[in-house]
Amino acid sequence: MAKAIALDTKLDSKIPPGEMSEKWTKYKGSVPLVAPHNKRRIDVIIVGTGLAGASAAASLGELGYNVKAFTFHDSPRRAHSIAAQGGINAAKNYRNDGDSVYRLFYDTIKGGDYRARESNVHRLAEVSTAIIDQCVAQGVPFARDYGGLLDNRSFGGTQVSRTFYARGQTGQQLLIGAYQALSRQVHLGTVKLYNRHEMLDVVVVDGKCRGIIARNLLTGEIERHSAHAVVLCTGGYGNVFYLSTNAMMCNTTAAWRAHRRGAFFGNPCYTQIHPTCIPVSGDYQSKLTLMSESLRNDGRCWVPKKAEDCNKHPRDIPEEARDYYLERRYPAFGNLVPRDIASRAAKQVCDEGRGVGTTKLAVYLDFADAIKRFGRDTIEARYGNLFEMYEKITGENPYEMPMRIYPAVHYTMGGLWVDYELMTSVPGLYAAGEANFSDHGANRLGASALMQGLADGYFVLPYTIGSYLSKEISTGAISPNTEAFEAAENDVKERLNKLLNIGGKQSVESFHRRLGKIMWDKCGMARNAEGLKQAIQEIRDLRKEFWSDVFVPGTNNEYNPELEKAWRVADFIELGELMCFDALNREESCGGHFREEFQTEDGEAQRDDENMKFVAAWEFKGDGAEPELHKEPLEYEVVKVSQRSYK
Amino acid sequence: MSNNMRLTLKIWRQGGKYKGEFVTYKLDNVNEHMSFLEMLDVLNEQLIANREEPVAFEHDCREGICGTCSLVIDGRAHGPMKGTTTCQLHMRHYKDGETIVIEPFRAKAFPVIRDLVVDRSSFDRIIQSGGYVNVNTGQAQDANAIPIEKDQAGEAFDAAACIGCGACVAACPNASAMLFTSAKVSHLALLPQGMVERKKRVLEMVAQMDKEGFGKCSNVTACEAECPKEISVGNIARLNREYIAASLASETTN
Ligand SMILES: Cc1cc2nc3c(=O)[nH]c(=O)nc-3n(C[C@H](O)[C@H](O)[C@H](O)COP(=O)(O)OP(=O)(O)OC[C@H]3O[C@@H](n4cnc5c(N)ncnc54)[C@H](O)[C@@H]3O)c2cc1C
Ligand code: SF4
Ligand code: FES
Repeated sequence: MAKAIALDTKLDSKIPPGEMSEKWTKYKGSVPLVAPHNKRRIDVIIVGTGLAGASAAASLGELGYNVKAFTFHDSPRRAHSIAAQGGINAAKNYRNDGDSVYRLFYDTIKGGDYRARESNVHRLAEVSTAIIDQCVAQGVPFARDYGGLLDNRSFGGTQVSRTFYARGQTGQQLLIGAYQALSRQVHLGTVKLYNRHEMLDVVVVDGKCRGIIARNLLTGEIERHSAHAVVLCTGGYGNVFYLSTNAMMCNTTAAWRAHRRGAFFGNPCYTQIHPTCIPVSGDYQSKLTLMSESLRNDGRCWVPKKAEDCNKHPRDIPEEARDYYLERRYPAFGNLVPRDIASRAAKQVCDEGRGVGTTKLAVYLDFADAIKRFGRDTIEARYGNLFEMYEKITGENPYEMPMRIYPAVHYTMGGLWVDYELMTSVPGLYAAGEANFSDHGANRLGASALMQGLADGYFVLPYTIGSYLSKEISTGAISPNTEAFEAAENDVKERLNKLLNIGGKQSVESFHRRLGKIMWDKCGMARNAEGLKQAIQEIRDLRKEFWSDVFVPGTNNEYNPELEKAWRVADFIELGELMCFDALNREESCGGHFREEFQTEDGEAQRDDENMKFVAAWEFKGDGAEPELHKEPLEYEVVKVSQRSYK
Repeated sequence: MSNNMRLTLKIWRQGGKYKGEFVTYKLDNVNEHMSFLEMLDVLNEQLIANREEPVAFEHDCREGICGTCSLVIDGRAHGPMKGTTTCQLHMRHYKDGETIVIEPFRAKAFPVIRDLVVDRSSFDRIIQSGGYVNVNTGQAQDANAIPIEKDQAGEAFDAAACIGCGACVAACPNASAMLFTSAKVSHLALLPQGMVERKKRVLEMVAQMDKEGFGKCSNVTACEAECPKEISVGNIARLNREYIAASLASETTN
């Protein structure tokens, strides 16, 4: 019998009552509405215009709210969402292969290693189908078959084909769809777009979020913007590891500043390490490139059985001397096991000395069999652009040589803690998309981030935000000329000045790289208590060194990318410490969080459902003070919690 | 191939203490596996170590999809390789001792912000003027309700693959934005969902394009040659057809 985890009075997840499959329908039927003439008098700030932000801004604009949308990019179309390759899941069951809302829900809960909130995940599966309809109506050119109907592919962790895709550029096409919807609202005047503006703080007045402080990145001007609600759609924080598959500018600043102002941070240690990325080639390396998971549909992972074969040309290693380790260990799912499992398996064979390539930190992903079976043309039609990308970077042709791949940081399941309505622990402050912690538990399934971002923005927030805003209709316009705004503005200016005036000797980049190394070595694919304790100390030392020896050129009153980067790296350093705290606290292995002390005999993650079946929501207690842990117990009403097996 | 190439870089600097001029830098130890932008990172680290202003250049995804990176390299937008963005260009294509000239994307409608960074928000305003389908969230019918012929969908995709980088403008002697605009017009005109508004769309987008100060297209086709996504000039022909049809239609209805 599992012990009950005590309810925390500061955490109300607001899960609606009733049967799992009816919660969302009932919620929508009873949530208070804001009448059209009142919506015009309500201001909403959306920070971030990636999939989550663009879809939210467009949808709220269509509803008639006054929306201000902020992005630090020069255009919404540049958001990191643009880089998603493989696809987007939806429970359409167009294949007639047994898919259903329940199965998508179940796969997501299981894939997340039983650490996600059931009610949110069920809603996600329910709205997934409408996303595909919406995108097609916008003109998203999804892949089609010869009958002119939509095509699907399989992704890891599932036994059905439910992934919709647009060649290898699904994120690009979905983002362009959302960007166009957003542009339409800009044209209609319901959304005002602030590009090249970076949010550097949220403003909380009498316990409610009432606006943001933003820096105009062209002029350096610090601006106050007020609103009745603020939604952060600011993406994930994988770049805390320095090297990741995230775009260079992805950062934690918005989420971290919100955290410092009272928003709890949920499960910060849950990081997804993606199994198929191009390996690191040198110390000048600035980022890592993902090779889409869809490649595992046709590519086979292997390493030589014997370490002494590792320097041979792969084509000279005969079949019987190869270890197709995923197919061997997980016959039911083979190369399509979930990401956390595939990554760990790759690390294990490399740790055994059987890695390949110059660094010996790589495994083969081989298409020879698939090319034999389907022909080169078919493989080219499926993955042509990915093969080309691989060749551009490595100078090797994957039609002839197996790809060399290694795991890399890719996605962060952790993020701002939100309730069922996507509201953080600060009233009026919401978080959507990768920025929140909500739907993927301890491991995200492939093609589910795009689904979640668009679900949040198109179909969830437009309903749930009304529940709060319906109580704001008599508030009237919020003035930015109040003490709280002034104080926040001054804090921002002071911190900027401090950064510019340190005048030390080391570059921002060098600090970021050092932070990344600590995180990857001690809070990466495998973690242990001792390493995490060391990491916390090392990060604290690094933070001190940063604030006394960083060099930031230029001034505040101009376009100054180094200053932007310095602020972001300073926030990453603080977040890194919290991640290590969380990883140390979570005394179990689950999903992407692998604590070496907690594993089964055959090296699989060992959960502790009795003591650890909760969301860790951390409260900021001031610089130098330890963060306070709040626990949201996870109740499983529908899915039976069991040891995850893909064998 | 060498692991410590020496290069001379002539880089356009504008803003701060620079009025708008080429500045020459020497760089040692360039590794052939580095990307072009990683080579510039190394230069910037060196400048910062000497307490000089780093060179401003834009980039984000570094995998050829976000359209943020720009740069005219030795006179060519996105450098010498066909179908390749600046961020995907690798140093293995250069030789020890070479001199490389690096400039921003230049066009009246792309004012320089600093060094190699330009303002391309005129592209956003072209899209805002009509580059979309008028459909609200929740209004859509089932995604499979309208079958679309596979090749037709593929053709729409080819046009939709534009990353909005602006190389076509930088490559064009007239600084025309026709390739970019026509890619969007084609993407939507080729799909049943976008067909309904095709006339209005093309008129409005072309009007906005002219208003932004982009030049006229005189069929030089340098845009297609430099486009990293190999967007076809066939799209420009389609835009012209759409435009003529739409102009005639609006004359008869007016
Ligand atoms: C290479 C790669 C491939 C992927 N492939 C897939 C896939 O095939 N399928 C899938 O489901 N998922 C995939 N993912 C994951 C998925 O792309 C992301 O999780 C998702 O797109 C995140 O969307 P978002 O809207 O939450 O954030 P983002 O797209 O990251 O957008 C963040 C936005 O916030 C803005 N912003 C951030 N901070 C601030 C601030 N302080 N002030 C102002 N603006 C700010 C940015 O300008 C940007 O507009 C992939 C990820 C990577 C790295
Ligand atoms: S048409 Fe080509 S060159 Fe022009 S913006 Fe699009 S991708 Fe860039
Ligand atoms: S940096 Fe994204 S396309 Fe080059």
